[in-house]
Amino acid sequence: MQIYLPIAEISVNVFLLLGLGGGVGVLSGLFGVGGGFLMTPLLIFIGIPPAVAVATEANQIVASSVSGVLAHWKRGNVDVKMGMLLLAGGIVGSTVGVWLFKLLRQLGQVDLFVSLAYVIFLGAIGGLMFIESSRAILRSKRPGGRRKKLHQHTFLHGLPFKMRFRKSKLYISALLPILVGFLVGILSAMMGVGGGFVMVPAMIYLLGMPTAVVVGTSLFQIIFVTANATILQASLNQTVDVVLALLLLTGGVIGAQFGARLGSRLPGEKLRILLAMMVLGVCGWLLVGLIVTPDDLFSIGGGGH
Amino acid sequence: MRAALLIAGLFLATPLPAAGDTLVADLSDHLIAISSGFDGDDVLMFGSIEGPGDVVVVVRGPEQNLTIRRKQRISGIWVNNAYQTFEDVPAFYAISSTRQITDILPDPEERKRHAIGFNQLPIKLGTASRNVPQAEVENFRSAIIRNKQRSGLYRYSSGEVTMISGKLFRAPIHFPANVAEGIYRVEVYLIRGGEVVSAEITPLSVSKVGLEFEVYDFATRQGLLYGIFAVIVACFAGWLGSAIFRKR
Repeated sequence: MQIYLPIAEISVNVFLLLGLGGGVGVLSGLFGVGGGFLMTPLLIFIGIPPAVAVATEANQIVASSVSGVLAHWKRGNVDVKMGMLLLAGGIVGSTVGVWLFKLLRQLGQVDLFVSLAYVIFLGAIGGLMFIESSRAILRSKRPGGRRKKLHQHTFLHGLPFKMRFRKSKLYISALLPILVGFLVGILSAMMGVGGGFVMVPAMIYLLGMPTAVVVGTSLFQIIFVTANATILQASLNQTVDVVLALLLLTGGVIGAQFGARLGSRLPGEKLRILLAMMVLGVCGWLLVGLIVTPDDLFSIGGGGH
Repeated sequence: MRAALLIAGLFLATPLPAAGDTLVADLSDHLIAISSGFDGDDVLMFGSIEGPGDVVVVVRGPEQNLTIRRKQRISGIWVNNAYQTFEDVPAFYAISSTRQITDILPDPEERKRHAIGFNQLPIKLGTASRNVPQAEVENFRSAIIRNKQRSGLYRYSSGEVTMISGKLFRAPIHFPANVAEGIYRVEVYLIRGGEVVSAEITPLSVSKVGLEFEVYDFATRQGLLYGIFAVIVACFAGWLGSAIFRKR
């Protein structure tokens, strides 16, 4: 059954979209990530214009984050104070991101930028995650390994405006979460991702937050950052396709629930190494697209000049 | 706006002064409605001619401005680094005829006069980036045709117009799912001895209807409100999803 998407202006099979939403939803529930980093390239692959894919995906992530955060909220795994600071940076960041996106679109470099950003971020994070989790697996097989220090002090702890975060058991500068939020906000607006895959490692390694509150807090602030990105994309670029978003999130919300149940039965390290391999796979696939000679060097570009 | 387009369309409907009514033609449908199930559409051009001759049917979409970009490999990666803009490019252009166009209308000047043929389109040059020399412009121009053909928006098919007993003709016209909205012109030419002897123009409107139109209209007119609406819908869907699954 075909459906015509009013903003993307193409006709797509309904079940393909529901299936994509469901499949990515299972993965996101399984790994506790938003799945935007998989969905946006997939949407572009099935022929959705990149600008529409990025903006619509931001809209879908609002839904999946709301769904996810409710579960974490009940378990008390959301550090609202930390979330608010991340959010403050995130709102500014996503506003800057949408504006930059509009600029790049006029210059005709959006496709290149989106692909390059994906290759760099997916490559770096996938690589780090792969190394980290394979080390963890090796360590668990060799008992009596060295235990890491509980808390390492770096120059980051010398920054001013220190604040106490009870839920996260931290006493750090307020500037840190604001900066992290800002950078992830730019990414999320420009790449059509929630930014969880950047945010979660940044919270663990940069801010030193306990793992238990990381996912809930990240989801909490992602709701607002992606909501901001959606509203800005809709008013500046007119690229949010509600029909597409609804179909994707119908599949996504259902898929995520199954994924979460499946995830609780699998061991953490193996799960992470699987996710790392998937991230690296998407990265490699996009890289090939940038390097292989295109069939036609000339293309019809939208807008600009 | 839409009403204005339709009225403009009605004026176009008046046929060109046909020499002695040697050509009569009409479309099976004057509106292509893009509804939620839209996956392309077909209309039939049919009519009759008097005396011998060949029939050529040309469909032109609304004119638009286009930017053609060229990629170049820069440190291993393909990057758009040159552009040329064009004006008055038909969004859609399909020719069908009883025989090969070059056999029916051998004179390129005559083809150019009626803008029949991909290379006879009156496309104007716009601006270009500095690295596009004059000699290269033709590559960009032919890229329009090639890209449009690949997406099914430009087509040439000889032999698609079929004659019945040398008097009646019928020509199916296919519109793919990616057609642009606007007023299209369906032109029928009667050609005899290498010259156009009669022509008729019929308008055809392609437009979004129903939900497709409402969503598009809302999104383009009131982007901010539409964005807020999209976020509310998403929040509700997210809550609904977790509420349903909690009960089980």
